[in-house]
Amino acid sequence: MSSATRTLISPATLARPRGKAIYWTVFTGVVVLFALAFLFPVYWMVTGAMKSPDEVAQTPPTLIPKHLHISGYTDAWDLMQLPQHLWNTVVQAAGAWAFQLVFCTAAAYALSKLRPAFGKVILGGILATLMVPAQALVVPKYLTAADLPFIHTSLLNDPLGIWLPAVANAFNLYLLKRFFDQLPQDVLEAAEIDGAGKLRILWSVVLPMSRPVLGVVSIFALVAVWQDFLWPLMVFSDTDKQPISVALVQLSQNIQLTVLIAAMVIASIPMVAMFLVFQRHIIAGISAGSTKG
Amino acid sequence: MTKTAERRPSPAAVGARQVPAPPPAGDRRRRRLLDQARAYGFLLGGLICFALFSWYPAIRAVVIAFQKYTPGSSPEWVGTANFTRVLHDPEFSAAWRNTLTFTLLALLIGFAIPFVLALVLNELRHAKAFFRVVVYLPVMIPPVVSALLWKWFYDPGAGLANETLRFLHLPTSNWSNGADTALVSLVIVATWANMGGTVLIYLAALQSIPGELYEAAELDGANLLQRIRHVTIPQTRFVILMLMLLQIIATMQVFTEPFVITGGGPENATVTVLYLIYKYAFLYNDFGGACALSVMLLVLLGIFSAGYLRLTRSGEDG
Repeated sequence: MSSATRTLISPATLARPRGKAIYWTVFTGVVVLFALAFLFPVYWMVTGAMKSPDEVAQTPPTLIPKHLHISGYTDAWDLMQLPQHLWNTVVQAAGAWAFQLVFCTAAAYALSKLRPAFGKVILGGILATLMVPAQALVVPKYLTAADLPFIHTSLLNDPLGIWLPAVANAFNLYLLKRFFDQLPQDVLEAAEIDGAGKLRILWSVVLPMSRPVLGVVSIFALVAVWQDFLWPLMVFSDTDKQPISVALVQLSQNIQLTVLIAAMVIASIPMVAMFLVFQRHIIAGISAGSTKG
Repeated sequence: MTKTAERRPSPAAVGARQVPAPPPAGDRRRRRLLDQARAYGFLLGGLICFALFSWYPAIRAVVIAFQKYTPGSSPEWVGTANFTRVLHDPEFSAAWRNTLTFTLLALLIGFAIPFVLALVLNELRHAKAFFRVVVYLPVMIPPVVSALLWKWFYDPGAGLANETLRFLHLPTSNWSNGADTALVSLVIVATWANMGGTVLIYLAALQSIPGELYEAAELDGANLLQRIRHVTIPQTRFVILMLMLLQIIATMQVFTEPFVITGGGPENATVTVLYLIYKYAFLYNDFGGACALSVMLLVLLGIFSAGYLRLTRSGEDG
């Protein structure tokens, strides 16, 4: 992290006039490249939604909208029932987050600290699901959700169809378990000697010490549900219950382009906003993932 | 020492309940059972979800692959009929060809670009946070939105892609609407949308290379490219391989981009294996065929996943 770390090019080379010139040329080049490749498409989307339908179809296109129409955004909000679909997405994401936090944390705590019989077998079974790519199993998973064994209930068109499968997240569970493994044993034992029960230890000792990993798991859980497409597409055939990602695709066929683009912008705002707020934590979390495997 | 010796109760005192007697064996067993029950109480919710939505579907995929399965009626065993039917579907070979080409192109484009980008970013001393945020921004845009956005860019009329080419006085392209360019167009979308993660992870790996190695190499007269070849790449070999396997696994399951942008067309040029699975299940109502395909995909991906897991294990040891 310190500026003294030596990389490919030595500080001495960079300090020379020629090195400085090359550095600033490359730097400017990368800034321009990033602006064009990553920011410009986003700019194009946000402003495209503000153009009139004629202007958006015009060649050559206008770089800046001639008149700023917010009607694209308001139409999208009303015509595409965005409040409904956004609300559905919020409910699905929040529920999946809560279910994961409760069940994955409890299971990770049990596997890490309570020594259940066959704990190793169970952990092995959970880790084995990492080897089985989730998407390849969507069809049998769908059939299971459509008709749960023993109780013969269908989770289709029900937020539970998102919430319960979200718990079966081996990656998050393993992340939690490994973090719990590293908690100092003597603190937990001290709490036990003080007469705290297992639930009490989890709630008052383990969880407060696990804030960083809970933050990472929360973000992963929320992003995963918000970004998912194939699974909610299968689960929600009922238009009124679809999350925004599915609704956007379903409605994209027969809606005016500017309105669709506006809806796309609105659909992106929550996750992008969350990213900008928590960017340091998110980026640190992803970077840490590489070194900790 | 002497004090404890003094305080040691006489055998008679032990008998007189001053020190609790060791619990009888039955009690201990009950205690242990209680502990187990408690442990499983904590595990239960997670176990049920894993059983229902991970383990059971994996078994079921294999079972249904050998059945004629229609929801609502009892399944019939049909042997390998599902596999033969799927194998004779002209879309089958197209789907596999497309998926493998997509994966290969994604490795060439989607792997080389973030790799080089991370190398360059690691040398820049200014605006570090800005670059990291900007490169990761597309990852945070919902994949459906990225797909729809690029579908609009690829529009042959007023799409941004062709407008840019016209602006540069270059010949225009059919992009996702042409049979021979569609797949590449989708690879570009997937690369744009996903490379942020690769760049950040690779960047972190680059930062863990000890600076002395570069210094030593430079003293030995190694130029920039030689330093990349003999220091950077060997030092990050593990992360490179890990990212590569992860990307292969992810791109072989590509669905959203072809589904949203091209609908599998033109002329099946972008039907992928997962898309075909979806079609079998939800268009043809042929769940047996869909599961047969899933099993094939599963076996192939399982090989890559096993490689990935072995790699991460050995990385932890070394």
